[in-house]
Amino acid sequence: MIEVTLIYGFVNSIILALIALGFSLTFGISGISNFAFGAFFVLAGYTVWILMHQLSLPFLPSIVLALIFTSVLGALLYRLVLLRIRGQVISEVIATFGVGLAILELFRYLGFTGFEYTLPVFTDGSIMIGETYIDHQRLWIVGIGIVLAVVLYFFTHHTKLGLAFRGIAQDERTALSLGINSDRIAGISVAFGSGLAALAAVVILPRGTISVNEGYDVLINAMAVCIVGGLGSTPGVVLASFLIGYAQMITDTISGPHWKMIVSLVAILLILVVKPSGLFGKQKELEERI
Amino acid sequence: MKERRKERIDRGIKARSDDIFALNSYREMLYVAVPPALPVIGLLILPLILPTYWQKVLISTCVFALLAMSWDFLVSVGMVSLGQALFFGIGGYLAGILDRYVGCPIWVTIPVATLVGGVICTIVLLPVLRLRGVYFAMVTLVIPLMMERIIEATGFLGGTEGLSGLKPFPNSWIEVYVIAIATLVALYSFRRLVTEDYGLVLQGIRDNDRAVMSGGINIYWMKAQALFISGCVGAFCGAYITHVYAFVGMPAFAMDFSILPIASAIVGGVGTFAGSLVGAFILVPLSEALRGIGGLRTVIYALCLVVFIVALPEGIFHYIQRKYQQFERWVDVDQ
Amino acid sequence: MAKIDNVTGDRAPLLSVRELSKSFGGVRAVVDVGFDLQEGELLGVIGPNGSGKTTLVNLITGFVSPDSGVVKYRGQTITGWMPYRIARLGIARTFQMAKPFGALPAFKNLIIPLFSPRVRSLAGGRFGDRDAVAKDLLEEVGFERESSVTFKAAGSLPHGYLKRLELAKCLALRADLIILDELFSGLSIAELAGILPVIEKLRFEGKTIIMIEHRLRELFRIADRVVVLNYGHLIADGKPAEVMEKDEVKKAYLGSE
Repeated sequence: MIEVTLIYGFVNSIILALIALGFSLTFGISGISNFAFGAFFVLAGYTVWILMHQLSLPFLPSIVLALIFTSVLGALLYRLVLLRIRGQVISEVIATFGVGLAILELFRYLGFTGFEYTLPVFTDGSIMIGETYIDHQRLWIVGIGIVLAVVLYFFTHHTKLGLAFRGIAQDERTALSLGINSDRIAGISVAFGSGLAALAAVVILPRGTISVNEGYDVLINAMAVCIVGGLGSTPGVVLASFLIGYAQMITDTISGPHWKMIVSLVAILLILVVKPSGLFGKQKELEERI
Repeated sequence: MKERRKERIDRGIKARSDDIFALNSYREMLYVAVPPALPVIGLLILPLILPTYWQKVLISTCVFALLAMSWDFLVSVGMVSLGQALFFGIGGYLAGILDRYVGCPIWVTIPVATLVGGVICTIVLLPVLRLRGVYFAMVTLVIPLMMERIIEATGFLGGTEGLSGLKPFPNSWIEVYVIAIATLVALYSFRRLVTEDYGLVLQGIRDNDRAVMSGGINIYWMKAQALFISGCVGAFCGAYITHVYAFVGMPAFAMDFSILPIASAIVGGVGTFAGSLVGAFILVPLSEALRGIGGLRTVIYALCLVVFIVALPEGIFHYIQRKYQQFERWVDVDQ
Repeated sequence: MAKIDNVTGDRAPLLSVRELSKSFGGVRAVVDVGFDLQEGELLGVIGPNGSGKTTLVNLITGFVSPDSGVVKYRGQTITGWMPYRIARLGIARTFQMAKPFGALPAFKNLIIPLFSPRVRSLAGGRFGDRDAVAKDLLEEVGFERESSVTFKAAGSLPHGYLKRLELAKCLALRADLIILDELFSGLSIAELAGILPVIEKLRFEGKTIIMIEHRLRELFRIADRVVVLNYGHLIADGKPAEVMEKDEVKKAYLGSE
């Protein structure tokens, strides 16, 4: 029992991390709100499904196309919506959330609910760790998740583009004066983040069916992890994923699956009361206090 | 090089009817008096002439207008809530509880639910008051979604079935006029409040909270007050609707009650309260007319929301007001 | 009023700062700063850009909590208090970037301090017309009465008037300690000449004033004492002329030879 909780808790944590890293890239690191994130997640899943089942494309190309499609959609979102309201955080939040809502409810309206909407796993089969079965997909999740976390960390700290992402969040004017084309970088950041949402979707969704409600859950979880971990800090996101991931798994074992999301909310409220800038947050005190 | 520039000038009649000069002629008095009177006349007369089905639509419209106004009020303090559904749901459930488990009559449940609902919402959101607006928006987004799940998970308060068989209103006239009058009271109270010093201080908090703090004002206390007021209005709506449908359930926390008020306010014009009314009067009947397409309505509200935020942030009411008070013309400008 | 502290008759300082320190991440903004301020003094705070002057003010007025150190006002420890509580004790400050409420007329801008509980209690509960009080205050700082400038939207006020508005806000709070962050910056000689008498009048009324300034010549004419900050450290404390003679101060401003 404990072993199962430990192992599946680990997997759950990585799942959260996968989701949160994409959200963190745009919101935490670049400072742009993209609350259509959850919608993009679900959208990517349905895109792959449609490509495979209605256009009969094989799996791998479908994934690649879906990744590209979602990234392009993210860039479009920036160009058409965010660009006009850059800097007004609240408007960004409302507008992107509106877009996400529209996308999700559109899928619901078009009838994309039901058990036939599943994505295939990467490889079939399972292995034993100790006395617990782990299916391959979960191993893929863990592997890709860890790789992504490491890559993202290096990206944001050691590459020009990554540093540009951080630059526009910290001080846009300075970034501009240093020759960083803030709008272009921001657009790329949103596109990247959306692409990461798609990546997460493709890896995570094969576990079960694609559902519209998962879009909201994804957004909530991503927010929770980023807030708890500290906006802008990749190590923070990872740590928070584990804290919340295990908390969710333990609650699930004790009280059942309904309480998983409630754990996220409690985590948000707790951290906002105790240390609002998050575990590893580097916000300046003046900003966060008021 | 000659260029053209748009120039806006107050209309003659506006200039003539400013302040006490309105008493000059009947025409000018009408110019000033008609706009504020329109909602009053409209909301008091419409219930009399509308068929029953559209009366229900009117009720819906007023409820959403009230929610939109309470949202608008919070925005004027700098708090943007993505979860008016929270206030609505808490008010609704409180009324349901008072009715079902305590047996109170309607004229007790609604006021109590309003006030207690306001208090509860303020307390729940207290931790977030100290933080930047984004956190407030995020938390208000998340909490109603949580409430749905908690109720589903625990089965409390009727669980997924909800509480039904609650007391309805004694007759449909009272039903309609309660909400119509509440809407009017809210409209004029809010408009007055934001122009009074109290309202200006609240807006000061939005514009420059450090300056307000250094002026010796406890901004958190004031924000809590604003939250209480908005919470009460939202809770009132929830309690009211509970008795209209004699039922309260998980849908009380539905996203609709968060999004449609925001859409109404933005479409109608943020900051004017009358805009919230206008927006609601456009969007709600529209959605009723489109009832056939079910879930697509939410998609349409959401899209309206986005379009207006991005392209027409001014809102309809501001536009109308501008046209009413000023006229525009192109003038040549020498460079 | 001033307290007689001990047998020798020394008065307890109005404001006392000890070992105040604050770091932001890796940047040590204020390091071990300490000084006393007597009632009625006008203290200048000077130093090169980035030396921590504004952070020091933020620490004193509660906008930033210090990592260590103590701030006492009239003997009461106010370290880490919320800004509005400190303001209610009678400490007012201006902000370097003066952001008035642009859409409101100038006199309406004073409504914030006039609305605060401190003013209400000092006036014995409700007092009459806040607007009238506001207009009087504006006149005190040099807004000509009966001229349109009092009613102009604050966002369109000329720079000199903006600064005076900031000053008026401190007066509206009925503050005993007024901290001015670069009041003189951007003022022309004429505007300066207009605002100096206001400060003189405040001193005459017994107010204690701290002024952060870059315009040393004007500051030295009115300051009793000056403290110099450099990279967060307090490197000098004394009369203006003495302080400017010190080597450390010269090095701080001009760079080492």
